[in-house]
Amino acid sequence: MTTPTDRDELLERLRTREAEIADLRTRLAAWEAAQAGQPVRRDTDFTSLSGRELAPVYTALDAAGPLELPGEYPYTRGIHPTMYRGRLWTMRQFAGFGTAEDTNRRYKFLLERGQTGLSVAFDFPTLMGYDGDHPRSEGEVGKCGVAISSLADMETLFDGIPLDQVSVSMTINGPAAMLFCFFVAAAEKQGVPLARLQGTVQNDILKEFVAQHAWIYPVEPSLKLIVDMFEWSAEHTPKWNSISISGYHIREAGATAAQELAFTLLNGFTYVERGIARGLDVDAFAPRLSFFWDVHSDFFEEIAKLRAARRIWARHLRERYGATDDRSLKMRFHCQTAGVSLTAQQPLNNVARVAYQAMAAVLGGTQSLHTNALDETLALPTETAVRVALRTQQILAHETGVASVADPLGGSWYLEALTDRLEAEAEAIFAQVAEMGGVVPAIEAGWFQREIAQSASRFQVEVETGSKTVVGVNAFVEDREEPIEILKVDEAAERAQRERMARLRASRDADLVAERLAALGEAAREDRNVIPAMLDCARAYCTLHEIRHELETVWGAYREPVFF
Amino acid sequence: MMVAADPAPLSRPIRVLVAKPGLDGHDRGAKVVAAALRDAGMEVIYTGLHQTPEMIATAAVQEDVDVVGLSILSGAHMTLFPRVRALLDEMGRADILLTGGGIIPDEDMAALAARGIGTLFGPGTPTGDLVAYIQGWARTSLRP
Repeated sequence: MTTPTDRDELLERLRTREAEIADLRTRLAAWEAAQAGQPVRRDTDFTSLSGRELAPVYTALDAAGPLELPGEYPYTRGIHPTMYRGRLWTMRQFAGFGTAEDTNRRYKFLLERGQTGLSVAFDFPTLMGYDGDHPRSEGEVGKCGVAISSLADMETLFDGIPLDQVSVSMTINGPAAMLFCFFVAAAEKQGVPLARLQGTVQNDILKEFVAQHAWIYPVEPSLKLIVDMFEWSAEHTPKWNSISISGYHIREAGATAAQELAFTLLNGFTYVERGIARGLDVDAFAPRLSFFWDVHSDFFEEIAKLRAARRIWARHLRERYGATDDRSLKMRFHCQTAGVSLTAQQPLNNVARVAYQAMAAVLGGTQSLHTNALDETLALPTETAVRVALRTQQILAHETGVASVADPLGGSWYLEALTDRLEAEAEAIFAQVAEMGGVVPAIEAGWFQREIAQSASRFQVEVETGSKTVVGVNAFVEDREEPIEILKVDEAAERAQRERMARLRASRDADLVAERLAALGEAAREDRNVIPAMLDCARAYCTLHEIRHELETVWGAYREPVFF
Repeated sequence: MMVAADPAPLSRPIRVLVAKPGLDGHDRGAKVVAAALRDAGMEVIYTGLHQTPEMIATAAVQEDVDVVGLSILSGAHMTLFPRVRALLDEMGRADILLTGGGIIPDEDMAALAARGIGTLFGPGTPTGDLVAYIQGWARTSLRP
C-alpha cells in the first residue's frame, strides 16, 4: 500500500522529471539552433540506407523505450529471457552445389568445423521443380546449388548425417512440399522417428510471387499446398517449422527496410488467415511459423527492424488472430547477411561488411545466422571463404562479448525511436495493402513487384550520383585489383546427374510410380490434403518433375505480370 | 592528320530486348538496367522470367530489336549466350548485338567474347557504362 509519504515522494520525483524534461527541451532547441548552418560533411546526405531522414542526435524526448524485459510480451527485446546465455544462436551456413555427393562432402566439412545446423541450397532446376535430366535444366544443373531430383538424391545428400541430431533448413518454395516429402522419406530410411525431425522448409510462396520468382502453380493452389503442409506437419512432424516467412529475397530484390518488414509480415498474416480459414486452431500451427530476415549494412536500422518485427507479430497474433499460446506470439527467425551488399570490387572488404551485419543480427536477437562468404558476388564460395564466414560468427559469439547480455542496446533513444518508426511505417503499409483488398490482389496487380523495382532503381541512382557511398565501387576505388580464387562448378555435375537419373528410371518399379502419381492427381482433384499421397510418391522414387507435372495438370501454372 | 567525321546520329531510338534466360529468378539487375536504358531514350522490351533461348531469339526477331541483353546470375552463361547467338544467326539476324551481364567470371567473359558475344558487364557496373557501350555500338553499326 502507498503511504502518504510515498505519494509525496513520488509526486516530487515526477515534478523533478518534468522539470528535467522541460530543461532538456530548451537545451535541445538551443543545441539545434547552434548547429543550424554549421558545415557538415558532403559525402553523405545523412539518411539511412533505406532513405530515412535521421536527426543528428536522439534524446529522451524521442523515445521512452518499453518498460519491457526480454522474454516478455510483445518481445521487442527478444523471445528468451536471457537470450544467448542459455544457448547461442545456430550457426547455419547455406550451402549446396553440384551433385548430392559433392554437397554431402561440404556438409561434413562444415559440421566438422563447428557448424551447428545445415541449410540446403538447391540448384535452379530443383527450385523450379525440374529434374536434372529435363531439357529446361540444361546448363543449370548443380550450378547455384545442389541438384535433388528424387528421394535417391536426398538419401545421398544426408548419407552419414543423422537426421535426428542435425537440424536442416531447406530453401525451397514452389516445390517445397515435394522436397519436404523426399526429406521425410529419407529420414524414414535412416530409421529416424518423424516426431524428432528438426528443421525448416522455406515454403513461402507469397514472397516468390513478390520477389524471388521460383513459383510453379497459380496463387490459390500454391496457398492450398502450404496449408496442407501446415496441417500434415502439425500432426506428424511437430518440431519441424513448416514455413519460413522470408523478407530476405524481398530486400535483396531492392525493397527498403520498412518494405521488407511490412511485406513479409503481411505474407505471414495471410498464411495465418488461410490456416484459420481451413479450420485449424491458430495455436496449433502458429508456433511452427518461423521467419527469415535480411540483415543489411545500416547497423541500427537493421537492429530496429528485427525488434519491430517481433513486436508487431506478437501484437497482431494476439489481438487480431486470437492466439493465446506464447509460442504463437514469439517470432523466431533466421538471419542472413545481405548478399546484395557484397561487392565484386576488392572482395576481401566483404569480410568487414559481413562482420558488421552479423553483429546487427545478433544484437537484434536472431535464433540462427548465415554469414555470407566474401566471394559470393563472384561465384559460389570456396572452402576457404566459407571457413572465414563461419569463423566470423564464432569470433562474434566468443570474443566480442555481445552475447553475454540480452538486448544490450535496449533503451538507446536512437534505437528505440527507430524501432517505433519502423513499426509505424509497417502499419501504414498494412493499411495501404488492406485498401487494395489484401496481399493476393496486390500481388496479382503487381503492386509489390513495382514498389520493389522502384526502390531498387532509386538505390542504383543514389550509388551512381554518389549520395550513397559503396567503398571500392564509387569511392576508394583501386586501379588494379588482384583476382581472387573462385569456385567453378563444371559440367561434370550435370553429366553425373543425368546418369543418376537414367539409372533411377531404369531401376525403380514403373507401375508403382504410375499408380502413386495417379493417386496424387486424384487427391488434388478431390481437393483433399495432398501430402500423404505425395509422400507415397516420394517413397516410390517418383521424380520431382513427375510430381510437379501431375499437379500442374490439375492446378495449371502461374503467369507473371511483366513490367519494369 | 585525318579525323573521321562522327557518323550521323540515329534518327530513331535504339530498340533493346532485355531478357532473363533459364530458370534464374534474380531480376533486380534486369529491371534496373531496363529502366536505365529506357531513361536514356531507348525503346526497351523486357521478356519477364524463365525464357528459353528459342523464346528470346523469336521475340528479338518479331520485335525487330537492335540489341539483346541477357541477364544471367545462375552460372549458365556458357550455355545460354552461345545458344541465343546461334539462334539469332540462324534466323538471319547476325546484325543484332548480343550483350548482357551478371555473375560471370572474367575468363568466361573473354571466352564468350571470342565466340562473338558483345561486352559483358559484372556486378557494380554503373548503368551509364551500359548506355555508353550500346550508344557507341549503335553509332558505328546502325544505319541512321
